[in-house]
Amino acid sequence: MKVVYTDVLVVGGGLAGLRIAIGAKRRGHDVIILSLVPPKRSHSAAAQGGMQASLANVIKGQGDTEDIHFEDTVRGSDWGADQQVVRMFVNTAPKAVRELAAWGVPWSRVRKGDRDVIINGQKVTITERDEAHGLVAQRDFGGTKKWRTCYVSDGTGHAMLQTMSDQAIGAAIPVHERVEAIALIHDGGRCYGAIVRNLITGELVAYVARATAIASGGAGRLYAVTTNAVICEGIGSALALETGIASLGNMEAVQFHPTAIFPAGILVTEGCRGDGGLLKDVDGHRFMPDYEPEKKELASRDVVSRRMEEHIAKGKGVRNRFGEHLWLDITLLGEKHIRHNLREVFEICHYFLGVDPTKEWIPVRPAQHYTMGGVRTDYTGQSPTLKGLYAAGEAACWDMHGFNRLGGNSVAETVVAGMIVGEYIADYCDRPESEVDIPTRLVHDFLRREQGKLDVLIDGRGTEDSAALRIAMQETMTAKVGIFRRGGDLESAVADLQKLLQRSRNIGLKCKARGANPELVTAYRVQKMLKVALCVAYGALTRTESRGAHFRQDFPRRNDADWLKRTLATWKAESDTLPSLAYEALDVGRMELPPGWRGYGAKDYIDHPDTPQRAAAVEALKQKMADAPRFAVQESLMPYESLLPERYRGRNERIDEPLGGQK
Amino acid sequence: MSDATVKTVAMPASTRNGDGNGSKGPRRQLAISVLRYNPQDPASVPHMQTYALEEADGMTLFIALNEIRERQDASLQFDFVCRAGICGSCAMVINGRPTLACRTLTKNLGAEITLAPLPFFELIGDLSVNTGKWMRGMSERLEGWLHMANPDPDLTRLEQRMEPELADRIYELDRCIECGCCVAACGTARMREDFVGAVGLNRVARFRLDPRDTRNDADFYDVIGDDNGVFGCMSLLACHDVCPKDLPLATQIAFMRRKMAAEGIR
Repeated sequence: MKVVYTDVLVVGGGLAGLRIAIGAKRRGHDVIILSLVPPKRSHSAAAQGGMQASLANVIKGQGDTEDIHFEDTVRGSDWGADQQVVRMFVNTAPKAVRELAAWGVPWSRVRKGDRDVIINGQKVTITERDEAHGLVAQRDFGGTKKWRTCYVSDGTGHAMLQTMSDQAIGAAIPVHERVEAIALIHDGGRCYGAIVRNLITGELVAYVARATAIASGGAGRLYAVTTNAVICEGIGSALALETGIASLGNMEAVQFHPTAIFPAGILVTEGCRGDGGLLKDVDGHRFMPDYEPEKKELASRDVVSRRMEEHIAKGKGVRNRFGEHLWLDITLLGEKHIRHNLREVFEICHYFLGVDPTKEWIPVRPAQHYTMGGVRTDYTGQSPTLKGLYAAGEAACWDMHGFNRLGGNSVAETVVAGMIVGEYIADYCDRPESEVDIPTRLVHDFLRREQGKLDVLIDGRGTEDSAALRIAMQETMTAKVGIFRRGGDLESAVADLQKLLQRSRNIGLKCKARGANPELVTAYRVQKMLKVALCVAYGALTRTESRGAHFRQDFPRRNDADWLKRTLATWKAESDTLPSLAYEALDVGRMELPPGWRGYGAKDYIDHPDTPQRAAAVEALKQKMADAPRFAVQESLMPYESLLPERYRGRNERIDEPLGGQK
Repeated sequence: MSDATVKTVAMPASTRNGDGNGSKGPRRQLAISVLRYNPQDPASVPHMQTYALEEADGMTLFIALNEIRERQDASLQFDFVCRAGICGSCAMVINGRPTLACRTLTKNLGAEITLAPLPFFELIGDLSVNTGKWMRGMSERLEGWLHMANPDPDLTRLEQRMEPELADRIYELDRCIECGCCVAACGTARMREDFVGAVGLNRVARFRLDPRDTRNDADFYDVIGDDNGVFGCMSLLACHDVCPKDLPLATQIAFMRRKMAAEGIR
């Protein structure tokens, strides 16, 4: 049996995984990245619109700070986020943009002088400052008070991933491509790496590591209609879940993006609306201002998606042979803007719809887009229950998104978490007690166990068809665990998924090849995906409130009194058909921004009993410190800087906030 | 595995992911022929296998191939990731021409469709080729990453400025998705297995354009100033014709050749 030893094993070659690897390598540790596909093909490349960071270079971003980014993110999360982690994130995001600017990302830049933009359906001339010329530009995005989203045309994720992957090659970091982690090696207290299957030869290899980081992205493919790439199947989360020790946080928090092209489900960027695009109904009426007078098309994604579905339910959808949809109108942005700044959108419309978006409206309908939940970690990115196991990016519940993520905060999280978690992994590996000290017998036991499972699939007498099980799971999730959720549907979804899980233990294969075998891959993945799907459905059934993207029609109000807490799902025994759920309360008494109205969406919610007291204390402190610098006020409300690795502490310079010569 | 044409399944074309189905009226019967070979299997010999399936509205080759695999032949190998034309995984030879399968609509093709893996790259099996391995090797040879003057800049400070037009021009070359179509279509690559291809020359042009990169023409000459680099190109321009991202490859190669020739004379 083959065993590979390394210091850090990174599962996933997207932005988060690559950045962790670069950070750990720079600190002198050996790193191996495992990737299903060549890293530049990772789903990070699909992030079109941009990355939030409060640089405040453009005139519409002037006055932006970490404070406003913090508040936007916490409101977006519907107060589900860990506010200290959000603080760590917003303070590091500008540094991440600037690091990538130095490493090669061709960020779109500010041009001084006048330019025409579309705001609220009107052409407006804005004037960029001379002193901003040549700095990184920002565009508008949903749920943000300032223009904060840094971008590279509409290929932001692609350009970031090119640069990050190039720098990983420059750092001589090995990426083992076309391999798949199928189990974590652990002793119940600590993780020691993974059992890995070569997708070309079928060979199993044990990778033994001091630290293992899951950066495998989201779980969109649990659903039939998703913007996610076909590799986003939640397998990284499943690996953690199957340890029985590590937990998954908030898996019921699933985001639906308002503008997936209909019916293919391919994303067109939020930048379409950020740059001035409008949503219209069957009558050509712009309906979002009727529902959301403040933010209109640019409320948070959960709110816009629900309003769209609500409007379709009122009979205002456009019917075609595939079903019903609404329109996204970007024609008012003009051909030059679309062909230059929204070129991927143009291409997608052209190739998949035969639509010219400079002249015609785009058929859109919400589709599954983002997994807020994931492997639960502490602020260092480490599992609180399984030492040596880390997670970052969409695969993690770190938890800066709570129950709804803002557009532009996902690629930002991948890089920021990669920077921070990479440092903490390096710290962990530096400690003498992190030496790998397990008997090889444990490694061999895991290898034998996993080989045994594959043998049963290939040689056993199972009769179930893995592709059919997968389709049934996806259809159940889409029909019953979607944008609008009801107790009855969720109960039925959980029951259906349990049956599918039991059937998945009896899969038989038509193709018996031990090497490359797509059917075998579907078989072992669907067994894992069903467990993750059950975490989503069961978590959604149990959470009898509405928060962010989790919307219960039978419990439409946010209920802080009972539900201001994070769901933690574990899978105790292999024979179980349900996860075990536990809850971790969020402490209102320590929140910098106590719960309130988000500024869009529903206005009624049930307060937590501690909220009035905390809100009053925060208000009193702010008044008392009215003349103090904003940093001092923040520090008094909720200190967080000591949580950041030393390397990434410090204020961020802006045109209007010069640092002076102190450094 | 028999190479007999498999009967069309009873279920209508995929409705999942909303990608298909729904129209009235007669549908076309497609015959999709795939060049099959599994180098991992000593018993496997290269052969064509034809699958029959019913066309659906909006059907792409992504939908068609997945339907074949799910309903007719579980062993069929191919690669898709984003299925939206942005990741470059699914390049294959479609009716003799290398392009992205995911955004190829069957309605734009005849009823008989022939699919083959990209030539030149290591074959994994059927339509799946190892572009990633080749791209990594190419990148290592060309040192295809930005060489920074200061790899550890002060991140608390304002970023370095760049002219907006220059940033746009760099992005234009950065749009490459490393799908491999240009290399698969390249005459030189047929003769020189170490040729870096349009993808490699475009990478170098991208870094040459970038003022943040510390290398000069002499450095670039070191990596592409020979017949495996810019002087190997015979200007057949197939790379330019097949590039799914419409990159200005012919212009970039001609430009780099002039610069490198000048460097060679010095």
